[in-house]
Amino acid sequence: MIRRFPWAEIVVALLLAAISAWALPRLLPLYLLINATIYVSMAVLALSLAFVWGFGGILCFGQTAFFGLGGYTYAVAALNLTGTSWAVPIAVAVPALFAALLGYLMFFGRVGNIYVGVITFAVTLILFNFANSTAGAQWHIGAAPLGGFNGIPSTPPLNVPGEPGNALAPEEIFGVAAISLALSYVICKLLLHSRFGRAAVAVKENETRAELLGYDVRLYKLGVFAIGGAIAGLAGMLFANCVFVSPTMFSLFYAAQVIIWVMVGGLGTLVGPMLGAIVLQMLTAWAGTLKDVSPNLILGVILMAAVLVIPRGILPTATEAAARLGRRGAAR
Amino acid sequence: MDLAFAVFLQVATGVATLLIISLGLAVIFGMMRVINLAHGEFLMLGAYSAIISVRAGLNIWLAMLVVAPIVVGAIGAAVERVLIRGLYGRVLDTMLATWGLSLALIGIVTMIFGDSVSGFSAPLGSIAIGGYRSSSYGLFLIGAAIVLLCGTWAVLRLTPAGLIARGTMQNAEMAAALGVSPGRVYAATFTAGAAISGLAGALIAPFSGVVPTMGTLYIARAFITVLTGGAAMLAGTLSASALLGSVSTLGTYFTTPVLGEVIMLVVAVLLLRLLPQGITGRFFRRAL
Repeated sequence: MIRRFPWAEIVVALLLAAISAWALPRLLPLYLLINATIYVSMAVLALSLAFVWGFGGILCFGQTAFFGLGGYTYAVAALNLTGTSWAVPIAVAVPALFAALLGYLMFFGRVGNIYVGVITFAVTLILFNFANSTAGAQWHIGAAPLGGFNGIPSTPPLNVPGEPGNALAPEEIFGVAAISLALSYVICKLLLHSRFGRAAVAVKENETRAELLGYDVRLYKLGVFAIGGAIAGLAGMLFANCVFVSPTMFSLFYAAQVIIWVMVGGLGTLVGPMLGAIVLQMLTAWAGTLKDVSPNLILGVILMAAVLVIPRGILPTATEAAARLGRRGAAR
Repeated sequence: MDLAFAVFLQVATGVATLLIISLGLAVIFGMMRVINLAHGEFLMLGAYSAIISVRAGLNIWLAMLVVAPIVVGAIGAAVERVLIRGLYGRVLDTMLATWGLSLALIGIVTMIFGDSVSGFSAPLGSIAIGGYRSSSYGLFLIGAAIVLLCGTWAVLRLTPAGLIARGTMQNAEMAAALGVSPGRVYAATFTAGAAISGLAGALIAPFSGVVPTMGTLYIARAFITVLTGGAAMLAGTLSASALLGSVSTLGTYFTTPVLGEVIMLVVAVLLLRLLPQGITGRFFRRAL
């Protein structure tokens, strides 16, 4: 099958990002804009899992491990180096390398898919417990105290590349986040269009067949997993810029949320999970204002309902329904 | 010499704890291939039922050994009926649904009891080993682990119900053709697994503290143990607890508790690279 090059999607994504980077800082008050930046960083995280799970078929329950690692790496690097110019690439590279190492142990050990889920789940949980226990002066990396439960409140914001003194304003950080989201989306699209991406999807569809056709299944999974780790690290870096890094980035609460965004948005699409992340974040924020109901309960119920009622996600279900309606209209 | 014995006791307690918290999960996973991500919350519910009964004036042993398994077993039966039954054979969906259940249970318990730490002190005082003192409760845990393991083995191996359960596990269709209802066997197995988890939660409550999120402290360890154990559920859980429990207790002894857990995870992941089928994929294959 020859796929058309995804021009339209790329142009639309970049345009949308440019427009919102220009317009939203002028429309929204500052606190809403910072919230919007958080939502966008979460959308990047959702995109990373949508890529790894939906197209690589890798059941990663601990995408937050790379998210938190990205945030922590950014904070530590930015506090140790002057300025954040190098902290950003390091914050993407370290989670990618960690994902590659973990992926090597899992995929080259030919661990089953379900076990991959459990191992990644355990990894993020243990990072969470570990980060929580790093309170006290003896826990520091260079000039950066790890701060245990409190995280690193002094996480410095991004600066103009090469000019350490020139920190970005929250409005500009939103712009960076929006464009990062669009670029990550474009990169995923291009990858999926490439030979590598198509082979990765083939591996997801039928591992044995791909293997018999001569593709090294382990290598393709490893590649997809490492790329997903890099994008999640980028998301962590953005999140660290609008909040600050703390162990909650590794928590099961976030880990579950990412899964829910992808499930509800639609597994096997890229746009669905991103929209799911933004819409459900708004919903969770609203639910947080309810005093009597725990956000954990709401998330749990959404997750159970999503599995039982719409196991394929909203976007694919809606697209199919629309297509059915369209066919019916055409037949008339 | 005294020190060596004290350390040995510490390691044995660590192994016993790991075995106790993993066994319920191992039964549900080993028998039904259902990965129950709400396992940690079953532990938490067991701890809460014990502490509430103790506060209501019930004898502490009765609260821990009788009330907790019964309450959590009943909850497990209800969960199987409502949530799990529709999802047999869809491993991924069961995992996600039980994860949702786990979050929902944490939320409900937080709403009812608040998220402050409560607890009750370990019964039985301490014993002296030469110049060192050790909690006798640790000895009790070692005994409890042995009894639980032997009890589960005996039920599965020596009773008609165990025979039926093992038969259904090996070949559900064949068992159905012979007049057994697999649905009822699954329901009973899930209930039994939940009851064991509830008992485990009550047993670890004295030293872990009781909070709605306490399950998340144990679930990673329990999962790693079951995965490392591999296909044979009792032999696997025993051998994996023995190995990983020693590693993590010794790691804790020489560093900090959290680093002990990290070392344990690293060992488990490396082990999975060497033995992808778990320990019982290579050794003790014929064991139960």
